[in-house]
Amino acid sequence: MGSLKSIRLRSIVYQAFLAAALVLAAWYLIANAVENLGQRRIASGFAFLARESGFEIGESTFLSYNAADTYLRAIAVGFLNTFWVAALAIVFSTLLGTLIGLARLSPNWLLAKLAAVYVEVIRNLPLVVQLFFWYAVITERLPAPAEALNPLPGVFLSNRGFAFPSLVAATPLALDYPVLEGFNFSGGALLSPEFVALFFGLTLYTAAFIAEIVRAGILAVARGQFEAASSLGHSQWQVRRFIILPQALRVIVPPLTSQYLNTIKNSSLAVAIGYPDLVSIANTIINQTGQAIEGIAIIMLVYLTISLAIAGFMNWYNRRFALKGAEL
Amino acid sequence: MMIKTTLSAAVFALVLLGVTNVEGGPISDAALKRGFIQCGVNTGIAGFSQPDSHGEWRGIDVDFCRAVAAALFGDARKARYTPLTAQQRFTALQSGEVDILSRNTTWTMSRDTGLGLNFVGINFYDGQGFMVAKKRQVKSAKQLSGATVCVQPGTTTELNLADYFRANNLKLKPVVVEKIEEVLNAYFAGRCDVYTTDVSGLIVARASRAANPADHVILPEVISKEPFGPAVRHGDDHWFDVVKWSLFATIEAEELGLTSKNIDQQANSTNPVIQRFIGAKGELGKSLGLDNRWAYNIIKQVGNYGESFDRHLTPLGLDRGMNKLWNRGGLLYAPPIR
Repeated sequence: MGSLKSIRLRSIVYQAFLAAALVLAAWYLIANAVENLGQRRIASGFAFLARESGFEIGESTFLSYNAADTYLRAIAVGFLNTFWVAALAIVFSTLLGTLIGLARLSPNWLLAKLAAVYVEVIRNLPLVVQLFFWYAVITERLPAPAEALNPLPGVFLSNRGFAFPSLVAATPLALDYPVLEGFNFSGGALLSPEFVALFFGLTLYTAAFIAEIVRAGILAVARGQFEAASSLGHSQWQVRRFIILPQALRVIVPPLTSQYLNTIKNSSLAVAIGYPDLVSIANTIINQTGQAIEGIAIIMLVYLTISLAIAGFMNWYNRRFALKGAEL
Repeated sequence: MMIKTTLSAAVFALVLLGVTNVEGGPISDAALKRGFIQCGVNTGIAGFSQPDSHGEWRGIDVDFCRAVAAALFGDARKARYTPLTAQQRFTALQSGEVDILSRNTTWTMSRDTGLGLNFVGINFYDGQGFMVAKKRQVKSAKQLSGATVCVQPGTTTELNLADYFRANNLKLKPVVVEKIEEVLNAYFAGRCDVYTTDVSGLIVARASRAANPADHVILPEVISKEPFGPAVRHGDDHWFDVVKWSLFATIEAEELGLTSKNIDQQANSTNPVIQRFIGAKGELGKSLGLDNRWAYNIIKQVGNYGESFDRHLTPLGLDRGMNKLWNRGGLLYAPPIR
């Protein structure tokens, strides 16, 4: 017992030393940076966050914003824009990816081959190239607002984005239709070309990876499970829902988590096509204030927070399906 | 592009984190040891800095780098170029990636005081304007409410745009893209109704990028002052002097009527001002820590300010305008070189 205790004690001491060394190193680096910045007369600190930003942002989904608002609010807008496009892409890529994964396992030869072609083409092209492609399709192939395509009443497709009617919170519920006024559509809802291109690009790209994860998960369930369940008289649906799916999810969820985290991080490619995501706005702020270290720190902190939140949720979800005792 | 911005910002952060108390390190000494100066220029704007068909950088901002190289090394070819986007430029200069920023950059107080750099002077006077498609039939910027405007981020342009629309109660929908190529693509594809940047940039974009330049008009309003100047980072006053007086030498030479063609002839002139300028008399070069023929080398190899302007900007349809010499109705003025 005595030796065990001393091992424990020793490891605690070691870890305390390590932690202290890390804190000291961090303190030294930060103090040094602050001193150097001061010497070079480069502004430092986070006080700038409360100052007026002075620049406009093209779209803000949840938060009203104008140039008179603070840098902090601009960052919040960027965060919400990142979160919004990534969340939608995650939901839709999961649906699409699952369908394609199932299609690839389909006994229908044509369907299976089409799904295989989709996966191989999409996942082998760099995402940024795909974003440029979608952006070019929208801005260069669609007509100007005055000649907008009008496939359904109230729906307009133009190089300014997709305009469609929106619900108005009134009694009785009414629809607000977009109308062309002056330069652009007003009223209704508008999805900008930047948003649409980023959403399409992220969704289609991630779906290809998710399709493979789903396929792998289903193939990982032993064929005997399927046969045994069928022979017990379960219906096809029951077999899939209660026998195959829970076992497949064990294999699917961990790599799926990685895909979700990738989607969040990939959304920062938005800067290439001008969607005002967190990185794009933080870069602008860095440039307007010259406070690069603070700006980068904010970017890192926000991505880390989002990613850890998703990872935490997915780990919790995974635990519900994992074999008891199989966790490490 | 974004990756590069982030990367250079990160490298800059690391540099500041890692080094212990940097004393004013002589940038010129490092350049002399290296054998060339590293110059930060625009990624591509015709007339200011753009690679030609042989991959050689050309433009008035490039000429300025060549002038400094001529002053420092006696050889205008000893300058190398780092193309920088609007967002990368200041971190690149701060972190030491480049020795000079010569990249149509507007001199403002907050940049001069808050970024750890010094502007050496002004080599181009400009102002911000708007360009729209002619078929829009817009006559004034005041009619632009609700318009979608293409603009580059991290620029004074972006801030002036927001100020102007706010001041005039106009609704603004900006489309903000970092790379100038992508911004121009977006405007000419019709993604935006309006493209805004400095008037010189508008004229150049219209001349060099539009399928039919006559289809685009530049509105009469000029909404800001945009004095472009080269900048150096803090910490080396000697380097600051070298770069500053290289700029003044190109302006002074035009005033004295010295050009790359006639400077050898003029060397025989008895005019003491010219004698001092070319280094035949006095020790002005030495006081700058340079060869006494520093100014002669600039003019012989690069030419005076007017030659540079005529070579790069006049063919694009740019007028000298405010960029004439002070004694010809413009704003260019160099302190006496004596």
